[in-house]
Order: sequence, then C-alpha cells, then structure tokens
Amino acid sequence: MSCWQTIQDYGLRAIGIGERLLPRDDFTLCQQFTLIGSGMIWNIYFGLFALMLGFFLATALALGKASSRTILRKPAEWFIFLFRGSPLFIQFFFAYFLFLNLKSVSPIFDPFTAAWLGALIVLFFNTAAYSGEIFYGALQSIPKGDTEAADAYGLSGWARFRRVVWPTMLRLAWPAYTNEAIFLFQATALVFFSGFPAWQQRGDALYYASYFADKTFNPFVPYPILAFYFILLTLVIISLFGLVNARLNRHLPQNMRRKIRLRLNLVR
Amino acid sequence: MACYLTTGKHMSIYYSVFTVLILLAVTAPIALLFGFVGASAARSRIAPLRWFAQGYIAIVRGVPEIAFFLFFVIALDQGIEYLRHKALCPDWSEPIRQGNDFVVCQAAKVPLGSAPQWLHETYGFALAVLTFAIVYGAFAANVLFGAMRAVPRAQLETAEAYGMTQRQTFWRVLVPQMWVYALPGLSNLWMVLIKATPLLFLLGVEDIVYWARELGGTKTPRFTDYPHGDWRMWYFLALLVFYLLFTRVSEIVLGRIMARLTKGQATAGGEAQRKAATA
Repeated sequence: MSCWQTIQDYGLRAIGIGERLLPRDDFTLCQQFTLIGSGMIWNIYFGLFALMLGFFLATALALGKASSRTILRKPAEWFIFLFRGSPLFIQFFFAYFLFLNLKSVSPIFDPFTAAWLGALIVLFFNTAAYSGEIFYGALQSIPKGDTEAADAYGLSGWARFRRVVWPTMLRLAWPAYTNEAIFLFQATALVFFSGFPAWQQRGDALYYASYFADKTFNPFVPYPILAFYFILLTLVIISLFGLVNARLNRHLPQNMRRKIRLRLNLVR
Repeated sequence: MACYLTTGKHMSIYYSVFTVLILLAVTAPIALLFGFVGASAARSRIAPLRWFAQGYIAIVRGVPEIAFFLFFVIALDQGIEYLRHKALCPDWSEPIRQGNDFVVCQAAKVPLGSAPQWLHETYGFALAVLTFAIVYGAFAANVLFGAMRAVPRAQLETAEAYGMTQRQTFWRVLVPQMWVYALPGLSNLWMVLIKATPLLFLLGVEDIVYWARELGGTKTPRFTDYPHGDWRMWYFLALLVFYLLFTRVSEIVLGRIMARLTKGQATAGGEAQRKAATA
C-alpha cells in the first residue's frame, strides 16, 4: 500500500472519515505519521476554540478581579483560584462525571458527556482562568500616565476602556498570553486520557501515539513523531502571535517594543 | 457512613494520598539536584557538556510532558533491561526486538519474575519518580540557570578580585545568592509539580485517581455491604478540594520563605522590607 493511499485512508480518520479499522500489524512509518497527524485535528480544534472563547471570558474575569466592587471581585477571584489551583486532569475527570450525573436528570446534557463539547468547556474555563490572571497582572501594570492622559482628553467609561485601557492591557499581556496559548495546546493532549472516551477510536494525536506505542512496544517512533507535530504547532502559534504582537506594538519605537520570550511551559 | 469510609478499600485511597505526598517529597529534591547539575553544566566551559545540558533543557521544555511520561517509563524500563541483558546473558543469540515484541532473557528481567509483589510496586514507583525528576529537573535547570545569571556581575567580580578560584566563587558567592532569584520560579514549579501528581495514574501506579474511579463506581449489594450508585463525581470533588487546599497551603508557606530570603538582599523586595522596617 502506497503512502498516498494511506494518507487518503487515514488522513481524516480522527473525525471519522476514511478507513474504519485502524491498522493492526505491520505498522509503517507512513501510517504512524498520518494517523498521529490526523489526531492533531482534535488538538487544534480544542485549542483554537477554547482560546477564542476563553479570551472574552478572561477579559471579563480580569476586569472583575480588578474591580473595586466586592460583588464583582469575589466571584472572579474564586473562579481563577478554582481553576488555577487544581490539576486540569482532575478537572476533566470531575467534569465528565458531573455531566454523566446530569445526563440522568435531563437529556439536554447528552452532548456534554462527549469530548467535543464537555472537554471543550473544561478547557475553555481553564484557559479563561489562566489568561484572566495574566490580563489582571497586565491591567495592574498599565502606566499611570496612560490613564491620566485618557482622563485629560475627556475619555471615560467605555471609550476610555476601548481606546486606552484595553489595547495597553493586551500589549503588556501579549508575551505571557502567547505562552499560555502554547501551553493550552499542549494541555489538549490530556483530553482523551481523562474520563472522556474516544468514540469509535476517534482520538487526538496522543491517543494514536499511545495506540502505536502499545501495539509495537516501541515508544521510540510514535512519541518523537508526536513531539515533531507539537513543535511544528508551537512554531505556528509563535509566528501568528508574533504578528499580532507586532501590530499591538506598532506605535512604539523599535527599541521599546516588547519581544515575545518563550517561557516555561508546564503541566497545569 | 463512618463504617463505609473505613473499609479495606478505602484505606487504600488514604494510603495512596500518602503515596502522592511521598512522591512529592522524594521528587522535589531529586528534580532540584537534576536542575542544579543541568544549570551548572549549561554554564560549563567544556563545550560538549554545555551543549548536552542546553539540549536537555530545550527538548524537555518543547514537548508536552504527558508525552514524556508515557515515553520515559517504557524507554527507561526497556533501557535498564537491555543493559542487564547485555551484561548477564552474553551468549543469548536471538534478537531482542522480535517484530513487535521486546524479549530479554529471564535473568535480565527487572524486577525478577520471582520477586515479591511489593518489589514490583516499588520499582514502578521508582520509575515514576525518575521520570518526574528528569522532566521537572529540566524546568528547574532552566529556572536556576536564569537565577545564576541574575546574580549581579559585580558580586562575582569582587570575589575574583579577592583572589578566589572559579570553584570558590561558584560555591561561596554565586550559589548562596542565587536562591532569592530562583525562588519565584521554583515555587511556581512546585505548584506545577503538585498539579502534575495525578499523572501518576498514567504511569500505572495505583494512585488516588485510580482509587477514586474504582471506589466511586456503582456497587451492587451482591458484592458489598455498602451498595451505592455512581459516586465518582463526589470522589473527584473531594480530590479537587484536596488539591485546592494543598496549593493554598503551599502558597502561604512559600510566601513566608520568600519573605525570609529577601531579607537583606539588594532587590526591590529587600528594599521594600527595609523601608517597612524603618518606617
């Protein structure tokens, strides 16, 4: 079987298109590359949607935590502590069994027990909490002069936020937010290893990588392939976020621009 | 209820909580040691050693650690068995990799097939500790490397001016001063290490996640005196609370240590402390 044939059969296997049975023996390098690559579809799906939705909630959380009103501040603080203080792995398990219990209450919760929605919600809340903390930190370090200038121009309320506070906050937070994004994509690898089942063997990249490792008893091929894909993904994220960073900093002189520096990426 | 929570199986979950705590207590110093050696090597003047250390830090940091957890356990296990195989059974003629199987002679099995159960468990635990130490050692190395560079250059130059050798400068000036710069990073790492402990489950150790799933599952009256429905949600809620408390306590303790370490240091924190004391 040629490699092209394999790609046609398994390229979209992770979303259920193509050959139904996974390869069982005589694993070729091409098969491993194709299947693990098709699993990356899920990693990208989870990461992308969680990141985009999380961005808005994170902004709200940051504003809530910075608010002087207790009724807004306390819930935001608790939300952030809840999701940053406990392991994502346990959050996945808890959410899965929670949805499983809710399912018996009402059939509305049916789709929540599937990974595509349930895990997405957990990741969404989780990244919102982490980025909320980053945005909060940035909000605290907005130069006093900026807001005073806004006041001097007679800007207030929404206009002040939209034109001064928000762009500055994003600009200050962006390098850390880039790391958070990379980190989130790596965390998507946990989804199918927690409670959420992979329906019809449609799993993410790590799911297929461990499938191969289990079948061949040889971790030295699938995991480096997985690493290769993740490093590729990381590079893409860095370049995309770099573009945004350049735009956010476009008004500054060259030597004042904040560079994105890669920092620790860790389990959460 | 009190009877239910003290059944034999429940004792295992309490016991596994201790496993987690022991894992943390054992791993943290080892990872710190790996980190220290790695950071020192990354500053070495011998180029191959430096490249090796920098490569170690870069690779481990670039890949999701969960992949490492799955990878290292098999790789280490097979590596050890392979070395023992070479040493103990030199006249073994068959290839070790037979298609999909990894075959070594009986004497090279680790632990030996005849070994008691507790040895198997300890071996699995030791592998887990080593994996954690390798992965988190790289992160610690990165933190310490940064901290070593953050120590003001003037301090080292002064030491050299006093005629100290490289080694003396390193041990007497650089190492005592770097901790204050390293602590924020290290405490972050500690938090992360706490949150990484549920991954033990993936390494095949029967940890709290395993027991929570096991005990929470539906029990029928046929097999147990305490039948109940699907309680896994509550077991995981308990775990969630356990981890939240643990991180909260760590935060407070680390805050205290930081306050103590900053005392008298030429940093913004130290300056603030001095002002607060004099004011």
